[in-house]
Amino acid sequence: MSRIPTSALIGLVFTSAYFLAALFAPLIAPYELGAIVGDVWEPMSSEHWLGTDGIGRDLLSRMIHGGRTTIFVASAATILSFTLGSTLALTAVVVGGWVDMLLSRFIDLIMSIPTLIFSLVVLSVVPVTLPVLILVMGLLDTTRVYRLARAVAQDVNVMDYVEAARLRGEGTRWIVFREILPNTLSPLVAELGLRFIFMVLFVSTLSFLGLGIQPPAADWGGIVKENKEGIVYGIPAALVPAFAIASLAISVNLVADWVLSRTTSLKGGR
Amino acid sequence: MTDLLNVRNLKIGAHVVPPQGKPFDIEIVHGVSFDLAKGRVLGLIGESGAGKSTIGLSALAYGRGGVEITGGEVSINGRDILKGSVGDLRKLRGHEVTYVSQSAAASFNPSKRLMDQVVETCVRHKLCSRSEAEARAVTLFEKLGLPDPKNIGSRYPHQVSGGQLQRVMTAMALCPQPDLVIFDEPTTALDVTTQIDVLAAIKDAIHDTGVAALYITHDLAVVAQVSDEIMVLQHGNTVEHGETDQIINRPKEDYTRALVSVRSIEHEEKAPTDAPVLKIENICARYPGLSADVVKNIDVELHAGQTLAVVGESGSGKSTLARVITGLLPPHTGQVIFDGRPLSAELAVRTKEDLRELQMIYQMADVAMNPRQTVAGIIGRPLEFYFGLKGAARDKRVNELLEEIELGPEFRDRYPAELSGGQKQRVCIARALAAKPKLIICDEVTSALDPLVADGILKLLLNLQKIEGVSFLFITHDLATVKAISDSIAVMYQGEVVRYGAKSKVLAPPFDDYTDLLLSSVPEMKLGWLEDVLAHRKMESAGN
Repeated sequence: MSRIPTSALIGLVFTSAYFLAALFAPLIAPYELGAIVGDVWEPMSSEHWLGTDGIGRDLLSRMIHGGRTTIFVASAATILSFTLGSTLALTAVVVGGWVDMLLSRFIDLIMSIPTLIFSLVVLSVVPVTLPVLILVMGLLDTTRVYRLARAVAQDVNVMDYVEAARLRGEGTRWIVFREILPNTLSPLVAELGLRFIFMVLFVSTLSFLGLGIQPPAADWGGIVKENKEGIVYGIPAALVPAFAIASLAISVNLVADWVLSRTTSLKGGR
Repeated sequence: MTDLLNVRNLKIGAHVVPPQGKPFDIEIVHGVSFDLAKGRVLGLIGESGAGKSTIGLSALAYGRGGVEITGGEVSINGRDILKGSVGDLRKLRGHEVTYVSQSAAASFNPSKRLMDQVVETCVRHKLCSRSEAEARAVTLFEKLGLPDPKNIGSRYPHQVSGGQLQRVMTAMALCPQPDLVIFDEPTTALDVTTQIDVLAAIKDAIHDTGVAALYITHDLAVVAQVSDEIMVLQHGNTVEHGETDQIINRPKEDYTRALVSVRSIEHEEKAPTDAPVLKIENICARYPGLSADVVKNIDVELHAGQTLAVVGESGSGKSTLARVITGLLPPHTGQVIFDGRPLSAELAVRTKEDLRELQMIYQMADVAMNPRQTVAGIIGRPLEFYFGLKGAARDKRVNELLEEIELGPEFRDRYPAELSGGQKQRVCIARALAAKPKLIICDEVTSALDPLVADGILKLLLNLQKIEGVSFLFITHDLATVKAISDSIAVMYQGEVVRYGAKSKVLAPPFDDYTDLLLSSVPEMKLGWLEDVLAHRKMESAGN
């Protein structure tokens, strides 16, 4: 392990803080998720570090619990979209011909429908549970990952070493996972950081619109929604989740950048 | 001082920033000195990494890609240009000193007409009026033997051939009437038959204009034709510096001697056997969507333990022939008979045994190996795939193969990026050998390598042929390589085999026109070779 640059260190500290808080939310949060412990919109104090919300619940506790939901949903959807998207894309490139044509045109078809409207339609028909939410978000984002992975994989697919593997008689699975995938990782990792944040924003948007995480469960988008009236009276409660999303976005991408610089090194830097 | 260029104790360094770890400084050129008088041509020669281009560019006080001149003196017409300001340098560059780069195709702006680019320096430097500059350019085009010199300037770079573009670039460099021109590998990217014309044009132009030149190349035979003196470089040091005649005929240093005697591998031609290992019968193939055949009516055979060389210029269809044999491009007529049995045309339906016995080595070893796999992984995979070797047995065989290619087990855990060009090619050879093939197709395997390294690879291949009895189908454009290793030769021209037979027969007169042209275009390590060839050709064309 060589020295970690400062920027990556900052990113790592913040990212792990968010993820640890999400993991151990029930242990860390000072109050229960739904417990009413104070007055309406109390300012920050030693008792309530971030103040209280519209019906007197501790905002810090809700942020920690909400972060758990947000980060879990976003991570699960990102993992789903990347696994599915890159596997499909690489297979399409390696197999080629009508398989590639069929898959790519189908993906184009899905992409032509605005993501938000598509998901609103789907989520208003089926019951909104966590698995459904993850599945919808993950599948919709698969199209974006597919597009990127296919473009990158096409460049790798024409390299002599892939041809050498074909001449050796290797199967599709070996070519996809051993020859092409390791060489497409760099752009995919860069995209992973970005996509994760889009997912956080996506689930927050859905919750804000009332089609994401359902009360009494909390998530960052839901917290903004519950406290948006406060802004008129100069209450900053709705801005807290916004700040959390922004700082998570930056720190995750600092880490992704660092991983990227390590994976681009071809001299055995892993 | 009568010298045009004085270089004293020149030191050039670079600041290296590796992806991990601390940045550090390295020295590329360690104190090189030389002088160049007006109108003389100095050849700088060395392998890649010897610092020859870096030294050449120092005459422009320029360092490419993070390279910096760290010490010494470079004076042109008595002025130390390293001490000059940016404004002084601007006056120097493109006026007193000009530059001709290796890849003309990459150096021209594709969206501007040739004439605009040729006269640009003159006009920018206000050396003469535009019409005067254009008149000069036309004279130069004529002198350089470009077709239709009056109108060629109105064409775009993609509308002329590679050899012509290189000549236009030479005209561009000569147009401001400089004192010194730096030629940086101007003919390296060209086919031999084109190279000879460009070489002759450059030589005449240098002679007629009386300009001095630094001629940078890795090919000693080429530089011997154009330069008055030669400086041999290795690892940023001068090995030997002398008159061309002395360097070529009486080299003093061992390294120079090695360079001069390169391509002197002796290879006894073997007699054909009864059963050819590969028989290509009447093959015609075309790429999907094209209406013309890329290879036409190919009929050749290759015997066990022997080498068939397929020679031709770029675009002659030799690599396409390799694709047909490997099954990547099914032919529309004819068949390939391998070891007595017909090979399926399509790669997908070939048996594993067929695939194992027919291996391939590529031109660019860089892209022929997965950069994410270690040497042991690359060589070990065919062992596992074809023979099911695992664990210790596989490791043992990998080590044996590494010994066979003269690298040794310490290379096991390296990644391709950690190997030199020659080492990479050796690993590719080991990967092909691991499959215990009957036939290996070598597609220009030495073209991207320095002459001495290429020599090593050829010797290794010949040695392996002796031990393993493997046959080679050797695709190349380099006739010196062909002479060195082949038992039989097929000369290809525009998709057809124009001459085929045993080496001694193919390389002995009477020649057909194309083979004659090809053979006589290969530079020889001999003073005055260029003039002899051109005089000979002139005589022949006068005779016709």
